[in-house]
Amino acid sequence: MNVDTVENAERTPEQPQPFAELGLAEDEYARIREILGRRPTSSELAIYSVMWSEHCSYKSSRLHLKQFGEKVPKTDTLLVGMGENAGVVDAGDGWAVTFKIESHNHPSYVEPYQGAATGVGGIVRDILTMGARPVAVMDSLRFGGLDAPDTRRVLPGVVAGVGGYGNCLGLPNIGGEVYFDDSYLGNPLVNALCVGVMRTDGIKLAKADGPGNLVVLFGARTGGDGIGGASVLASATFDETGPAKRPSVQVGDPFAEKVLIECCLEIFAADLVVGIQDLGAAGLSCATTELAAAGAGGMDVDLDRAPLRDASLVPEEILMSESQERMMAVVTPENLDGFLAICAKWDVLATVIGTVTDSGRLRMRWHGETIVDLPPRTAALEGPLYRRPVERPLDQDALNEHDGHALPRPRDAAGLRDTLLRLIASANLADKSWVTDQYDRFVLGNTVLAQPEDAGMIRLDESTNRGLAISVDGNGRYTRLEPYVGAQLALAEAYRNVATTGARPLAVTNCLNFGSPEDPAVMWQFTEAVRGLADGCLALGTPVTGGNVSFYNQTGTTPILPTPVIGVLGVIDDVTRRTPQGFTTDGALIYLLGDTRDEFGGSEWAHVVHGYLGGLPPAVDLEREKLLADVLINCSRDGLIDSAHDLAEGGLAQALVESCLRGDSGARVVLPEGADAFVTLFSESPGRAIVSVPRSEEVRFTDMCTARGLPHVRIGVVDVLDARLAVHFGSDAFDVPLRELRRAWTSTLPAHFD
Amino acid sequence: MPRIGVVTFPGSLDDRDAARAVRIAGAEAVPLWHADPWLYEVDAVILPGGFSYGDYLRCGAIARFSPVMESVIGAARDGMPVLGICNGFQVLCESHLLPGALVRNDHRKFICKEQLLRIENAHTPWTSNYRNGQEIVIPLKNGEGGFVADQHTLDELEANGRVVARYLDGNPNGSYRDIAGICNEAGNVVGLMPHPEHAVEALTGSGTDGLGFFLGFPPFSGADGPDSSRSKVESGAQA
Repeated sequence: MNVDTVENAERTPEQPQPFAELGLAEDEYARIREILGRRPTSSELAIYSVMWSEHCSYKSSRLHLKQFGEKVPKTDTLLVGMGENAGVVDAGDGWAVTFKIESHNHPSYVEPYQGAATGVGGIVRDILTMGARPVAVMDSLRFGGLDAPDTRRVLPGVVAGVGGYGNCLGLPNIGGEVYFDDSYLGNPLVNALCVGVMRTDGIKLAKADGPGNLVVLFGARTGGDGIGGASVLASATFDETGPAKRPSVQVGDPFAEKVLIECCLEIFAADLVVGIQDLGAAGLSCATTELAAAGAGGMDVDLDRAPLRDASLVPEEILMSESQERMMAVVTPENLDGFLAICAKWDVLATVIGTVTDSGRLRMRWHGETIVDLPPRTAALEGPLYRRPVERPLDQDALNEHDGHALPRPRDAAGLRDTLLRLIASANLADKSWVTDQYDRFVLGNTVLAQPEDAGMIRLDESTNRGLAISVDGNGRYTRLEPYVGAQLALAEAYRNVATTGARPLAVTNCLNFGSPEDPAVMWQFTEAVRGLADGCLALGTPVTGGNVSFYNQTGTTPILPTPVIGVLGVIDDVTRRTPQGFTTDGALIYLLGDTRDEFGGSEWAHVVHGYLGGLPPAVDLEREKLLADVLINCSRDGLIDSAHDLAEGGLAQALVESCLRGDSGARVVLPEGADAFVTLFSESPGRAIVSVPRSEEVRFTDMCTARGLPHVRIGVVDVLDARLAVHFGSDAFDVPLRELRRAWTSTLPAHFD
Repeated sequence: MPRIGVVTFPGSLDDRDAARAVRIAGAEAVPLWHADPWLYEVDAVILPGGFSYGDYLRCGAIARFSPVMESVIGAARDGMPVLGICNGFQVLCESHLLPGALVRNDHRKFICKEQLLRIENAHTPWTSNYRNGQEIVIPLKNGEGGFVADQHTLDELEANGRVVARYLDGNPNGSYRDIAGICNEAGNVVGLMPHPEHAVEALTGSGTDGLGFFLGFPPFSGADGPDSSRSKVESGAQA
């Protein structure tokens, strides 16, 4: 075999190298030569090409993401901030919670099942790497139109992949989102979130400290799957004329990961590692350079010791392979036997492949010959940094001016009734159980709330009932209309959802899905959204703990709707006090909290009824969101309400229908006097929720709202036995039997996918 | 205190849940490891749900050959109560402790839902806290939960009261004759596709209807019928 060694590279400085094919720009290649003082070996080129890809280096976004660190709110709950595999939050009583969301968009388009499955696998390993036991997953999914033929290929595969991997790992899937829009047709979004739990003294970090310590590769063998996945798939758009890219998608083995999780947790419990890193995008290149860069600074690796699934792999392929279910640990020589014994117990293959050094160099040998000799910081931390041109899209003003105020609105009872039924059956508002019934929500026995509740909730501690809640939200149409506000609306909704269940929101993770950063209009959307999110997190007091940027989400030159997906984590002292969504108490009074304005820009109504997108998104008021959250949390703690549901897409009508169906109870609703019935029912003004208040608590409840200055208006009563939703307005009224509501709401997805 | 073993195979997922259910029922949960043949003098054994050995080859096909299963098979033949839940049911069929097989759901999708069941045989050690004909709701979650057997076997199961539980309100996975669970001839070995261990607390899962499966000890004596004076778990009861 002809291996390109350092010696050979020094001898043949002019040998042409395929840097462009590997996704490196000419000046990037020149910089590598400058760093090394010679041409890179082909193995070194492989390392730099994956580490300097957009996916790994964040070269277009890093400059802007700094705001999350600069605008960080005062908080004492953050134990580990941005920059590690995932942020860690203090959940009280010595518990620490870590969570993160990550995209796997491009692979999921190429190969929906494996793309989505390995997306779940990757984020779970990130959480495990922090020293935590993964306890739940969530997923935020976006597809092309419901009627598009390719949606029938992509959606069932993605759902089966998310379920197939998560179910087999034994992690409950407790929530998420599913949206449809034509802009995602050639570029679906698959964002997977995982949350994990550990004791605060059990946090692990990804660094190779202590010269002389051993570097152990463990888990699955390295195969040819996913070679070039990181740079080829994440940095290039799909071009119909290009070669088939199927071989670049990784293939997952959830059983191997489940065993790896249990093995790692036993190793952590015995305190046998100095540092640990998972192998994800960019595989061994990433793990070795990052561990070395964050630790003592150097590492010697015998690459030929890496166990292979395919003996014909060459060093460059081994370095770029994205084979799943692999981890790298740094272990002291004294602890090696204990470490290997636990691996043997779980039948996990573990191999010492190197040692930590303080040489400041990452050196790799292949059967004795040196094939890599580079300063690891230059690959892991000092990648290229671009200030991409930013330009407000040419059509932005026109988009905002044409606000759709003249779109015909229903006025009478029959028209409002028809609109309600049409909206609840529409793709984005319809019941998603066709998807979520394919996910195990019960396993581990700690799921207190799961979809379709406002947030998922997990019990952390059986003896104290301390728990956590999580919600993920995003709205591409709002963000398209005004990216700064769109990002804040996504943040506000996730924050509100967590508070609606009674938990206090503490921290934020984000997955920023955008088109090409080389398009100045996309870059404007991105920078505005990042600024909006950073300002929003500062205002709400919830720091960003980590996240992920996914660029190049576009078909040809048409980008997707800009889609920041925001996850908010909250903590609740006592999960038995949680507030569910459904109406269940007969005679309970229904209150609408917050202000309703005439806001239909980017609304589901405009989209479904008129196919229209224009104007400005609803105005966001973060002080109001904080106030509403405080009231909801206090109501939960003091037992003043027995249900709560946030108002979002589809407005009050959607929330009422969902609370009725969730609790299998009817409701009689009287819209506030003098209010426009259409606006009251369908406006998407944020900062609102409906709650049901037992009659015995009404005075305490209204006193609390009044004292805190939160607008509240009684709009009806829960009627458990009367199986219909009745809506009175002015002197008119309409009602819909629950049976008819349920049929309309639940039929849409099965009709398309069964 | 009765001691109930809960086996962990590589890929077992609901072992913690089964152990929790045992503890809530007032018994001691004894962890058993797939590679260790010793049963530690337990009074009964639960084979939990999951994907043992990745469910490679066939669900339960590899687990059957594990050292612990050799001991469980012997003990079961001697009358020890054994409950196989979901993947555990598949292991029991592969071990020939129970007849039939479990195949991919007829609709080809994994399904997770709260499932209505009717207890058809309240005379096994695992169902003695229910009444014959009692309806309960417990979670169901499987990809390969369709119970199949030949006509003769099905007729024999029906004739001898060996159908332990049946699906009501729609068949979720294509199981023949809506069968959700069966037992062996002696009644001590029960296989059940839905998950009673996920229905033992009002706070989580689907209520507390599943708790009765874990309350039937001290060990199997064959004496407990539906009219036993032991406390009954009523359908829909909330702890």
